[in-house]
Amino acid sequence: MAEWEPVLLANVHRPNSEKIGTYLAHGGYQALRKALSMSPEAVVAEVKASGLRGRGGAGFPTGVKWGFLPPDAPVKYLAVNTDEGEPGTFKDRLIVERDPHAILEGVIIAAYAIGAHRAFVYIRGEFFLGVKRWIKAIADAYQHGFLGKDILGSGFDLDVSVHRGAGAYICGEETAMLESLEGKRGQPRLKPPYPAQVGLWGRPTIVQNVETLANVPHIILRGAAWYASIGTEQSKGPKIFCVSGHVNRPGNYELPLGTPLREIIEKYAGGVRYGRHIKAVIPGGVSTPMLTARQIDVPMAFETLAAAGSALGTGAVIVMDETTDMVEVARRITDFFVHESCGACVPCRLGGFRMLERLEAIARGRGRPDDLAKLESLARGISGLTFCPLGTGMCEPVLSGLALYRDEFVARLNTAAKR
Amino acid sequence: MNLERVEQIIETYGRDRMNSLPILEDIQREFNYLPRQALELVAKRLGMPQGHVYQLATFFKAFTLSPKGEHQCKVCLGTACHVKGGALILETLEKELKVKAGATTADGKFSIEGVRCLGACALAPIIVIDNQPLGQITADAAVQKIRELAAPKTAPSPAPAPAPASKPAAAVPKRGVDMSAVPPR
Repeated sequence: MAEWEPVLLANVHRPNSEKIGTYLAHGGYQALRKALSMSPEAVVAEVKASGLRGRGGAGFPTGVKWGFLPPDAPVKYLAVNTDEGEPGTFKDRLIVERDPHAILEGVIIAAYAIGAHRAFVYIRGEFFLGVKRWIKAIADAYQHGFLGKDILGSGFDLDVSVHRGAGAYICGEETAMLESLEGKRGQPRLKPPYPAQVGLWGRPTIVQNVETLANVPHIILRGAAWYASIGTEQSKGPKIFCVSGHVNRPGNYELPLGTPLREIIEKYAGGVRYGRHIKAVIPGGVSTPMLTARQIDVPMAFETLAAAGSALGTGAVIVMDETTDMVEVARRITDFFVHESCGACVPCRLGGFRMLERLEAIARGRGRPDDLAKLESLARGISGLTFCPLGTGMCEPVLSGLALYRDEFVARLNTAAKR
Repeated sequence: MNLERVEQIIETYGRDRMNSLPILEDIQREFNYLPRQALELVAKRLGMPQGHVYQLATFFKAFTLSPKGEHQCKVCLGTACHVKGGALILETLEKELKVKAGATTADGKFSIEGVRCLGACALAPIIVIDNQPLGQITADAAVQKIRELAAPKTAPSPAPAPAPASKPAAAVPKRGVDMSAVPPR
């Protein structure tokens, strides 16, 4: 495969990349002009044909989601999810801080396509710079006539506002984010109804991740056929992979979906530090099951990772070398999820706490012989039985850790038995 | 307590429940915690039951109901930082300051906490002191930084100066440091 020329990250390396002048000088807002000359239905059809799938973790086809909006609804909203919080993920921060107009152009096109005249940007409260860049980008776009009334003479109106979160992982879940936007605690809603039917203040709302929206202008400008030619059968387009952990060059790498995990780690991230070997890789953020060193030839795409027993998630690759204590990793990740559980669903709130108790005991060498079976049974009682995917995400690292590195857990139990 | 300032913050955003989070965030930044009277005033002005304001104040991690230290040190415990020794940094700082994570030193100077993934994993392990990120840091360097902050600057002032009352309302946090790690090309 020829070297991939970045599309989504084409701007981030330029000096003053966040300024509207820089963006305009490199073809910015041309896609918006083109989209406004098309009918909204044609824009939706183009995005649908491109095969773009959501980049926030769930991977739902974007154009299909836009098609779910009731066409006769008088008021529709677009909500932009900048609440990036999945451990290992740092792609949205990069785009927001370095190329906010790329997202904003996607926001305006998406709003036009779905007929929303109001868009809400929800951003993680900890992203100080991101908040500033979002606000500045929006202000500049108003000045240039890309936002407000009668955008570029098209008759289409759109207002965008920025809303800060206040430190809750769960608010990255779309319905929890809507609750938080309404000024409530961020506790997920039961689905269905999906936000596309009943969303913000009861109105049909499309919630989209930042990276997803950043893809939209390129699809409009270069066409769905170009976009669909990138990637694999079921995973189209470029994707930003966030590589971290025990690699020599951690960072964000934009590559076509379907790039083998090995190539990302070895060619782009410079391989494992100190010439050590890989023990485990989390391919898509901590909610996705781990892979072993033997599995890293898997292409990074939705369908191939699913077949390998994991998921693409947010594309956050965390590499762990042979010195990593897998019991400690499972304990630490579970501790995170237990802390971030919103407490609404009993399986997640109590089951998570019990899993953590067992993992802490095992990590301290005080595990009981039946603890591994107990962990698995607890996970079965949580996974898939909660309102939102946090409960399921909590179980994946534990279950995959137990399945792949069972002897490490057993060894800890044995030290307990010797005492 | 300067309730006047709380009124200002509320008016900056407008009396809408939707603005409750940014209002509380600004109050937290102003006073280093959410004073009870401030929460009561927010409830009154936004027309929300006090219980609902309390719900928000206890649900979101950015809020505290007791004062945080003058210097706030956050140690990232996200998975990427964890595998690169984040927990060791936190432990070392706990020993240095003789205080447990999540607490404030007796003199009110420092509070330390372990936080969830900050989304700067290429800089792992990372800590944030007073909103300044320090990436790829060692435990020793973190201790060094804390000692620098602890050292009296010139003459020790008798009491911390109160925050100026006429500070203009800031809708946007002033500090902002670029934490996006960009791979070399």
